[in-house]
Amino acid sequence: MTEPLLRVRDLKTYFVTEQGSGTARAVDGVSFELYPGETLGLVGESGCGKTVTSLSILRLIPEPPGHIRPGSFIEFEGRNLLTVAPNELRAIRGNQIAMIFQEPMTSLNPVFTVGYQIAEAAIVHQGLSRRAARNRAIAMLKLVGIPDADERVDHYPHQMSGGMRQRVMIAMALVCHPKLLIADEPTTALDVTIQAQILELLEALQAELGMAIMLITHDLGVVAGTADRVVVMYAGQVVEQAPTTELFARPLHPYTEGLMASVPRIDTRVSQVRGRLHSIPGQVPAATAWPPGCRFHPRCPHAWDRCAQEEPPLLDAGAGEPGAHTVRCWLLTEPQRRKGGA
Amino acid sequence: MTPSTLLLQVEELVKHFPAERGLFGLGRARRSVRAVDGVSFSIAPGQTLGLVGESGCGKSTVGRSILRLIEPDAGRVTLDGTDLLTLGAGELRALRRRMQIVFQDPYGSLNPRMRVRHTLAEPLVIHRLATGADVGRRIVSLLEEVGLDPAFADAYPHELSGGQRQRVGIARALSVEPHFLVLDEPVSALDVSVQAQVLNLLAELQQKRRLTYLFIAHDLAVVKHIADHVAVMYLGKIVERGPASALYADPRHPYTKSLLSAVPVPDPKARRQRIVLQGDVPSPAAPPPGCPFHPRCPHPKLNDRCRTERPALREVTPARFAACHFAEEPM
Repeated sequence: MTEPLLRVRDLKTYFVTEQGSGTARAVDGVSFELYPGETLGLVGESGCGKTVTSLSILRLIPEPPGHIRPGSFIEFEGRNLLTVAPNELRAIRGNQIAMIFQEPMTSLNPVFTVGYQIAEAAIVHQGLSRRAARNRAIAMLKLVGIPDADERVDHYPHQMSGGMRQRVMIAMALVCHPKLLIADEPTTALDVTIQAQILELLEALQAELGMAIMLITHDLGVVAGTADRVVVMYAGQVVEQAPTTELFARPLHPYTEGLMASVPRIDTRVSQVRGRLHSIPGQVPAATAWPPGCRFHPRCPHAWDRCAQEEPPLLDAGAGEPGAHTVRCWLLTEPQRRKGGA
Repeated sequence: MTPSTLLLQVEELVKHFPAERGLFGLGRARRSVRAVDGVSFSIAPGQTLGLVGESGCGKSTVGRSILRLIEPDAGRVTLDGTDLLTLGAGELRALRRRMQIVFQDPYGSLNPRMRVRHTLAEPLVIHRLATGADVGRRIVSLLEEVGLDPAFADAYPHELSGGQRQRVGIARALSVEPHFLVLDEPVSALDVSVQAQVLNLLAELQQKRRLTYLFIAHDLAVVKHIADHVAVMYLGKIVERGPASALYADPRHPYTKSLLSAVPVPDPKARRQRIVLQGDVPSPAAPPPGCPFHPRCPHPKLNDRCRTERPALREVTPARFAACHFAEEPM
């Protein structure tokens, strides 16, 4: 079996809250692997810790108020990113691991041309000359499908539409041909027809450049269409992890199930969709006060006393290879407790 | 449907925003932005019309123009037979009781310095619907109706979650007992599980109070779930409208078809024919000649007529309207 490109082990990223009222355990013991060339979907609702996980990988967590706890481990190609020297980290960041963000307007610098911003990483990491850098920027703009690239290279972000800016962000991220691209809600701010364009572009670029993608999103539809494997997060933890087809065919954690059932769907007949949507009662608890036991138990339809007392570990669902499908739920040990049949 | 059975009728609504003339008003005057360019539809009592389209298509401007939160330039809007656009300020204020709006952003649309109690009491007092102890009783029953504990009356908006704030926004709209609600992207800022709660609440309230909704949204799956009829907007115009079931099953305009095909489906096995439109939506200040959709249109029959002659919104089959020269031969 191939070695993972990225291995995250027991990652804990905590924040001291402003009022000093406590510690927000935003990411609280997250582990997963990412293999070369694959697309991993990291799914969850606001506050589940998915963005903090990705920022921790790049060591972009502001300290203070945040800190990554001792014992956490993030290994990229055999090196622990949490202990490498600052200059070594700089050589990896933006070069071998790149990131794109949700807001293409706020992530681009309004006072530099897009060409300069795309080429900057290549100048820093690969020592390109100005002329070579400009040519590389034009080539990147062409690669991400921006028409009139040799003209657009001198434009400023405000002269472009939202979809074009997101393409520029992707060009910027890919200029050094990274092995891993972290895409944090890359299409959330875009209209659905533009989202389709960007997802198609990412897929084509991955095939061409062979990079791995970590796709962070709240949209199960986007994950279903793009990811090879999915990690579902809730309350700072991984609650379920499986290959995409397996997860959608056989979601086992009550949170994953609830999430899937709450999504209004376009691929069903109108007569079937009218009526009540399934909804998960209550709301995500605060990161300063995760519930004891299973963190989902106050909202879970199947919970019993054990769930309120004992935190379940990630259990193997016994599908495919060991560890292929894991679930953080006591139902795996006591399936007869599931309400409403199997 | 005869006019008397309709709660809301909108005819040829137009709103143009003048283009800015640049610093100090110098420079050439540019063409105005035709945000809403001749929009017509109607909604029967107790029904929901979903108004969908991408950013900048004019859907929010339609909602606001109907309530005269923005003054439209032309057209006719009648609510229960009353012509809204000719009303004076006083009459309009009185009529605001019958029509309310819920906004997308539950963070921006509640006053951060007002307790929930205050936010809900204000419309009751302004419209003289309750006095004294009655105000408190009404607030409790409103909060219960939207599924919030009455203890939330003393909370400030920042103490509430997004879903709770949106419930307060709905309670505020309901406080004056309106018949008609404009819901402008009411669930798009919410997480999936909370979105489902709020959609269910809106459906319940509609049943119970016989409310009529104009549901404005960009999310076609959400609209499919809640709307009886759907109108699709592109560049300030309705390009297709019809009963939801028919429109989703058999779209007649290539834009509707492309839009529907672009919605991601939470099923990895779904092998769908995704139509990826090329390019961006053109600027509404300079819409293309002919059919405004022609530069992006994937229809195989696209021809010179599309580039020169603007297709009118016409009835293709009973109750189905589309603005496409080839609506009889959909893609």
